[in-house]
Amino acid sequence: MAETTATTPEVTVKETEPLFGKAEKKLLLDPLGDTNPITIQVLGICSALAVTSLVYPSVVMAIAVIFVCGFSSLFTSLVRNKIPKQVRMIVQLVIIATLVTIVELTLKRFNYPIYKQLSVYIGLIITNCIVMGRLEAYAMANRPWRAFVDGLGNGVGYGVILIMVAVIREIFGKGTLFAGSPIQINIIGASNDEVGYLINTAAESGIGSLFAGYYNNNLMVLPAAAMFIIGIFIWIQRSYRPTLVDVS
Amino acid sequence: MELFNIFIKAAFIENLVLAYFLGMCSYLAVSKTVTTAFGLGLAVIFVLGITMPINWLISELLLSENGIFGMDLTFLRFILFIAVIASMVQLVEMIVEKVSPALYTSLGIFLPLITVNCAILGGSLFMVAREYNFTESIAFGLGGGFGWFLAIIAIAAIREKIRYSNVPPALRGLGMAFILTGLMGIAFMSLMGIDPSALMAGK
Repeated sequence: MAETTATTPEVTVKETEPLFGKAEKKLLLDPLGDTNPITIQVLGICSALAVTSLVYPSVVMAIAVIFVCGFSSLFTSLVRNKIPKQVRMIVQLVIIATLVTIVELTLKRFNYPIYKQLSVYIGLIITNCIVMGRLEAYAMANRPWRAFVDGLGNGVGYGVILIMVAVIREIFGKGTLFAGSPIQINIIGASNDEVGYLINTAAESGIGSLFAGYYNNNLMVLPAAAMFIIGIFIWIQRSYRPTLVDVS
Repeated sequence: MELFNIFIKAAFIENLVLAYFLGMCSYLAVSKTVTTAFGLGLAVIFVLGITMPINWLISELLLSENGIFGMDLTFLRFILFIAVIASMVQLVEMIVEKVSPALYTSLGIFLPLITVNCAILGGSLFMVAREYNFTESIAFGLGGGFGWFLAIIAIAAIREKIRYSNVPPALRGLGMAFILTGLMGIAFMSLMGIDPSALMAGK
């Protein structure tokens, strides 16, 4: 290790910063933990919690938000010096709305069932505070590449929480994973002739007998469950990082 | 009666915050004291009540196939809706500043933030998805706004009281607000079985 680090760097003269250096890595990874959009910044909870009852729509939603968040940061950063201060909100909203329209039309064309299922929540990415929040806080003051990475990072931080909530809700609420998608997996519940539930098939070998009498938890299907799960996520995260605790 | 039905449904049974999680950001950020929550709630009722019929007119007269341009322009819906909302919020801001400077200063930053309050845009999109007519859209706007107002007042009152309780430190503030909202959502779900039109007919 020591040899490689000694020989490789500083061969090329470091005039420009690397395309993907420490700063970019920090921008990309911080939103996963310490500056998570949902659990720390509390932005962007609005539009998506209702979609987390199933994993598949949540994954689609997460990809849509990552796309919109990254590219709106990029485009806003590109035109940031030409936007007059007074109308910057409108300009940002037009950029976001255009990107969301692209996402909506793409989804409508290629995956109509999911488009129907997400219905208004795709449109609500426009008012997803995390997109707007990153534009105001970061993209308006930084160079395009960094703004793009920052947008992507926050989109991913948002998507990770979304999918984690969805996995918990779907397993306990419906007993499946990725229901509705081509790779649906059935996990808990009465045996199913078509696919066969993993745990019930495992029951014969003794592992699954633990879950033999398990019924789906209807609480997890309710929207309220998402609130409890995120509340518990926040609780866990803040227990590990006492510096994040709310003083009020 | 149909209108009353829609109002009750939007306010209680399909509450924008507690059933659809719309407008969550400002709901969590501004619910620390009842007074500011009250002001913001009123502003949301007002903006929802105004933007809903305007957006209805836009989507019917401009964007639909039977409209002025005679072609399907629904792909412009998001941009036009958000522009209407942003300009309405600007208008409300100017009016409030002239009429009541005290309320204006107490609301501060939260007034322009109504633009990105998902409840407003969400309301308009729901209105389109459910194919309401003009008067129904007004009833839905006012009902939805009232429901949002009610929810934020309730959570603000609970959060004021819970300051005296012994909540685990890591759960204080935000975490507790989430769990409280979940509990309130379950409480509001008990209203789900109510059918306002049947109640009226029974009378």
